[in-house]
Amino acid sequence: MFFPISGVHINPFLLGILGFVIGVLAGFFGVGGSFLSGPSLFALGMPYNFVVGTDLIHIVGKSIVAARQHRTLGNIDLKLAGVMVIGTIVGSETGVQAIEGLKRSGEVNLVVGLTAIIIFTAISLFAGWESWQALRQSRRAGANPSGSRRDVLAFDKVAKAFQGFAWAPRIRLDQSGIAAISIWSIILVSYVGGFFSGFLGGGAGYIRMPAMVYLLGVPTHVAVGTDLFEIIISAGYGSIRHAMNGNVDILVALVMHTGAAVGAQLGARLTQYFSGPWIRLAFAPLPLLGGILIAVGLTTGHHH
Amino acid sequence: MKESAQKVARHFLIELLMYAVLVSIYFALVLRFLGSWLDWLFRDHRDYYAAVSILIMLGQAVGLERVLALFSHIARGGKK
Repeated sequence: MFFPISGVHINPFLLGILGFVIGVLAGFFGVGGSFLSGPSLFALGMPYNFVVGTDLIHIVGKSIVAARQHRTLGNIDLKLAGVMVIGTIVGSETGVQAIEGLKRSGEVNLVVGLTAIIIFTAISLFAGWESWQALRQSRRAGANPSGSRRDVLAFDKVAKAFQGFAWAPRIRLDQSGIAAISIWSIILVSYVGGFFSGFLGGGAGYIRMPAMVYLLGVPTHVAVGTDLFEIIISAGYGSIRHAMNGNVDILVALVMHTGAAVGAQLGARLTQYFSGPWIRLAFAPLPLLGGILIAVGLTTGHHH
Repeated sequence: MKESAQKVARHFLIELLMYAVLVSIYFALVLRFLGSWLDWLFRDHRDYYAAVSILIMLGQAVGLERVLALFSHIARGGKK
């Protein structure tokens, strides 16, 4: 079927199925799923500037459904999300401007594609290694990782060091179990996430969610829910900016979202059956898959 | 309270079947009636297009969530 806004031919049922798979991942891992949906749209022939904007607006719709599920489960830290929005919006605007600069230079597909491959591969390797270490730690401690929701982090010391930054103001995050943390640590993490959201598309939960867990020390289940809530606001802002710049095909986004809405509900329900390290270990190979899809898109010659 | 995984899967499959029928009708209606209007907005009125796009997406998200909640209620035989 022809989508006139972006000028691409894509089977709408394929988009619906893609949306469903991404929705399950979003609900389960608390990430927007852009590390797969973006590369998939790119591999289907959509130009990267449309991939970025379209993916972002579809994530807004999907995150609302998943975040409401997580709110019911008590997995959202509203105070943390409120602070993160500041850094994310500023970072997102920086990323949008970077895309506009690359559009003018005509190198947007190559530069964004290569950046995404490097970032996704690094995240996969790190998340796989860390969660494996955490599972080994919990086994040594005699815990049953598959049955327990108790969170074990291989990077516990890093999180404690990050929480130790004394720059005022410092806030207490009851929902996340953090006694005191500098507001600037939170803004820094969210700024980096926001930049990659604007630059690579999607909500950048693939960066923000691990950063919340490993750097800020937020429990995985709360990081998943809070990230989704924060994505609604930050991706909403990014979507409007990208739509104004002509980077959004709303018809493609609407079709994808019909699948994502139902998938997100399933994913959120599944989180109650797994502990934090298992969720992170299952997440590990997915960004790498996204990197491979982008490499396919760059080498098959769809994009000029 | 945790439901058994088998129960979750069965309820979900029933929901999915009802949803697939609804979504197929929805695809046809949205793509047929909104496609050319949104394309016109995209070409000639970019700011309105941005506002309309986000509103449609939010509307669809909230609407589909309600539909799914209703289907979930039906699939569980009216139980909460």
